[in-house]
Amino acid sequence: MSVDTATVKRVAKLSRIAISDERAESMKAELNTILGFVEQLQEVDIEGVEPMTSVVDMDMRKRVDEVNDGNKANDVTANAPASQNNFFMVPKVVE
Amino acid sequence: MTELVDVRTPNPKNFFPGEDHDWELVIGLEVHAQVTSNAKLFSGSSTKFGNAQNSNVSLVDAAMPGMLPVINEECVRQAVKTGLGMNAKINKRSVFDRKNYFYPDLPQGYQISQLYHPIVGEGEITIQVGPDKQGNFESVDIGVERLHLEQDAGKSMHDQHPTMSFVDLNRSGVALMEIVSKPDIRSIDEAKAYVTKLRSIVRYLGTCDGNMDQGSMRADVNVSVRKPGGEFGTRCEIKNVNSIRFMGQAIEYEAKRQIDILEEGGSIDQETRLFDPVKGETRSMRSKEEAHDYRYFPDPDLLPLEFDDAYIEEIRAELPELPDVKRTRLMGEGLSEYDASILVSDKSYADYFEQVAEGRDAKIAANWVINDLLGAINKAGKDIEDSPVSAEQLGGIIDLIKNDTISGKIAKDLFEIVFNEGGDPPKIVEDRGMAQVTDTGAIESAVDEIIAANPDKVQQAIEKPAMIGWFVGQVMKATGGKANPQAVNKLLREKIGG
Repeated sequence: MSVDTATVKRVAKLSRIAISDERAESMKAELNTILGFVEQLQEVDIEGVEPMTSVVDMDMRKRVDEVNDGNKANDVTANAPASQNNFFMVPKVVE
Repeated sequence: MTELVDVRTPNPKNFFPGEDHDWELVIGLEVHAQVTSNAKLFSGSSTKFGNAQNSNVSLVDAAMPGMLPVINEECVRQAVKTGLGMNAKINKRSVFDRKNYFYPDLPQGYQISQLYHPIVGEGEITIQVGPDKQGNFESVDIGVERLHLEQDAGKSMHDQHPTMSFVDLNRSGVALMEIVSKPDIRSIDEAKAYVTKLRSIVRYLGTCDGNMDQGSMRADVNVSVRKPGGEFGTRCEIKNVNSIRFMGQAIEYEAKRQIDILEEGGSIDQETRLFDPVKGETRSMRSKEEAHDYRYFPDPDLLPLEFDDAYIEEIRAELPELPDVKRTRLMGEGLSEYDASILVSDKSYADYFEQVAEGRDAKIAANWVINDLLGAINKAGKDIEDSPVSAEQLGGIIDLIKNDTISGKIAKDLFEIVFNEGGDPPKIVEDRGMAQVTDTGAIESAVDEIIAANPDKVQQAIEKPAMIGWFVGQVMKATGGKANPQAVNKLLREKIGG
């Protein structure tokens, strides 16, 4: 498996990462090296093997339906580049 | 996704007229229903609506680095319960996936959802379409494709600042059930009946409050048109419709738009559209070419969700009586299909009615609840939960008619007094002298007076016995409606003959 420049740009766009044509070219080479490395896994025969979901054999832990968190709007917005009255502020997005 | 199968027989009643031939609508609905729970799907913060911005937010909901989701057991139970209420297959093993997209109200950068292995599989909902002019309902079975659990997103506000949007994450991470229908719906009335029924089921179950105003239930509507019984057409998806009335308008507009395009020789682009309730039209949001590429993959933070048959049976044992069963039971107790359908359509109506009917005649109770109470409530723009006339009070009014204390006519006045002023019905009757006059002497003197004053009418009544009705009316008027009509009738017949 390998990616072309268009795919690199598309993936960047989906993640809202600005990327120049030049950088896309070099990224393409880097990504293809990684994909080539990972591709070695294809050599392993996994016929009849269930995908592993966890390294420990356990059931998913569940929480009880209890409100025991929240009321920390100041903490939550503390790292926001812009905020007002505990709202996050972001460049206007209207679809 | 499974292949689309057409299970319906085209019904001309549902067709849209066209230039050369009729058109048939094909509709599928994805309903998002907010799970009733105290805490969110994967965190311990509150789901309460209307709290101060970002106060119902934990570090998990804000997607701070290193935070891990832990599933809320109650949300799982509610999803299973809803599945059982739709006679659906419950999957004992389901898996959470990440649906990746980038938007400011989605801090994780992905929504945790269930694409490949949902918690609930195929089921069925029987809807009642109607009533028609004869008061009859048509029952239609609509297939349910699946129900899965997922996180809700936060909320953006665009009108608070000239260049910035404000984001509130209170809703972020609240549990939603996405309930996907099969493309079995063929008319606007069926679509409305489907959402109405689904809303009624979740409200009976207590798994979602069904409050569309607050966004607890909203629908994505897939609409396409075709020649009746022909191949499925290309569909458009109308996003986030938040009322049953708007849904009807959106489908109607969209159907006409698509028919116009096809009749002019064009073709439909598969796209996502938005309904504008102010203009009453749908408009394009994004076409398939720019459609999101969600790159779903299993969420490595969460193990598969597994439970056994005993767990399902325990929940099944808790199921309340659902609308279909209740309707059949009420019809067995003497109610018409029409009355029973109205009463079961909303759990709050049914609860109220059953309190009034307890130990009383079901048909009389139904008439009072449907004609008088619901009529007055709707006119006053109130909900039955905060009805000014309680079920006990209405029951009290019915008892007063039953034991001949008041006439049916006075009962209507009494109802109005209780509705506007409140109070204990028997006491109001006593205080205001509304009790029926059963004293034959008093009625007799009133009868005699009327007869004496109208000799010509008496003559007519002897020739035409139907004229007795006029005398009954006059006597009732003279006694302020308090005379017992049966007693008046009896006396008149004795005195005039006929």
